[in-house]
Amino acid sequence: MNILELANVEASYGPVRALRGVTLAVPKGKIVTVLGANGAGKSTILKTISGIIDPNKGQIRFAGEEIQRRDPAWIVRRGIGHVPEGREVFPLLTVDENLRMGAYTRGDAAGIAQDLEMVYAYFPILKERFRQEAGLLSGGQQQMLAISRALLSRPKLMLMDEPSLGLSPLLTREIFRIIGLINRQQGMTILLVEQNANMALEVADYGYVLEVGRIVMEDTCKRLLEKEDVQEFYLGMKAQGVRGQRRWKKKKQWR
Amino acid sequence: MLQLLLAGVAQGCVYALVALGFVLIYKATETVNFAQGDLMMLGGFFALTASVMLGWPYWATILFAVAAMAAVGMLIERVVLRPVLGQPAFTVVMITIGVGYVLRGVVTMIPGWGTDTYTFPTPFADGTFKFGEVIFAEQQVAVIVMTAALVAVLYVFFRYSKLGVAMQATSQNQLAAAYMGIPVRRVNMMIWGLSAGVAAFAGILLAPATFVHSNMGFIGLKAFPAAVVGGFGSVPGAIVGGLIIGLVEAFAGRYMPEGFKDIAAYVVVLAVLMIKPSGIFGETARKKV
Repeated sequence: MNILELANVEASYGPVRALRGVTLAVPKGKIVTVLGANGAGKSTILKTISGIIDPNKGQIRFAGEEIQRRDPAWIVRRGIGHVPEGREVFPLLTVDENLRMGAYTRGDAAGIAQDLEMVYAYFPILKERFRQEAGLLSGGQQQMLAISRALLSRPKLMLMDEPSLGLSPLLTREIFRIIGLINRQQGMTILLVEQNANMALEVADYGYVLEVGRIVMEDTCKRLLEKEDVQEFYLGMKAQGVRGQRRWKKKKQWR
Repeated sequence: MLQLLLAGVAQGCVYALVALGFVLIYKATETVNFAQGDLMMLGGFFALTASVMLGWPYWATILFAVAAMAAVGMLIERVVLRPVLGQPAFTVVMITIGVGYVLRGVVTMIPGWGTDTYTFPTPFADGTFKFGEVIFAEQQVAVIVMTAALVAVLYVFFRYSKLGVAMQATSQNQLAAAYMGIPVRRVNMMIWGLSAGVAAFAGILLAPATFVHSNMGFIGLKAFPAAVVGGFGSVPGAIVGGLIIGLVEAFAGRYMPEGFKDIAAYVVVLAVLMIKPSGIFGETARKKV
């Protein structure tokens, strides 16, 4: 069962078209990843789902309900949590206050306390720092905070925008390990946008490749990993030799 | 000497409250609201109406004026400023200046308000009491105590209430606040309400000293330096800045040549900005954009 479906979604920043008809589906309980280069429109997809950007065309269905052109706050209440690109924590609030803002839409104190314990179990470092201002945390800790903060709204679907941005390979690995854990232990559905295709394909079940606002390829992650094009352009594994001519031709085919 | 100190602090409290209004709105919406002083003036007239024309007791007057101004503040945000959301800062600033002019104009047109100057009665009257060597004017002590009380209430509100923390969150990162499900626009509207309410409170405290008239809002021109001295965008800075300006004025009025009092505030601003360009409590690390 698909919890989220996008059908022919088009969006633009002023005259610049960012999404040129994106259709994708996220099945319940799975991790789906969207790969793509800078400016392919990955973040725009997530922002459009969250209601920060209104699509010009197309439908977004979440849990059987159309949510396009709705207010972001309404969409959060429906059960979509967003881990924004670049973490975007509240720098002058403490870790604890940041997490409580994640639970802004909720009123059940007991449930919030329970979920706080849950995220502290995933990220013990946050418990140690819970009185510290979030702006003073390291990049990795801020990323952990951003993920935890989104978890605290108790979402049905989490949108993650480049959780590896600016992190060391070791930290990236750790973050992705926990993303996998959250998916398995909480049954959390995750739509993950990444430039680090290696990590993303490892943790996700299904993948889409986005290029200049269009989906150009989709498959299970296992099969995507085996595809020559993906290996060449997103995993950096160059096929033997520098046959530039052929490569260019292949790239053109996608458009 | 001590008496001068007291007078300075009392005057500084009023500056501090108006400066606080500037800072709240600036932090939340990155807009300088030049109508802040006029909101204070309108609050003064509301209080005057309740207390003199309707004969309400002092405390009811305060509640009424603050609540009414909060409503006016929210209305201004909703009707005048939200439609220009996303326009250049210059546009928005011009609009707030316009709002100030309109408020001043409207007040003079309302029967019973007009261009006259009114005295504002308070239960503290003009009594004084002696404590050791110093003579305290009840009026000034009341201003200081009430400001302290309001600041304490605001502190508790911002620190411990969910809405208060959400207001802080919104002013630190609007985008992230939206992702948390915080209704950013409504929160901004409430910040305008809060700011106007604080302005009304300041107006009530100022009214006994300067009387109520349609131009009393020009005190905003003194409160603005207070906000700058404190570091625009810092709440504690606004309060400290207000007190500094109040004190400097009081002492300048006593020890400096005639007329210096009115420019003292700006001299302080220049001095502070030369030493610390971001103001006393200015954020050294700007928030990431």
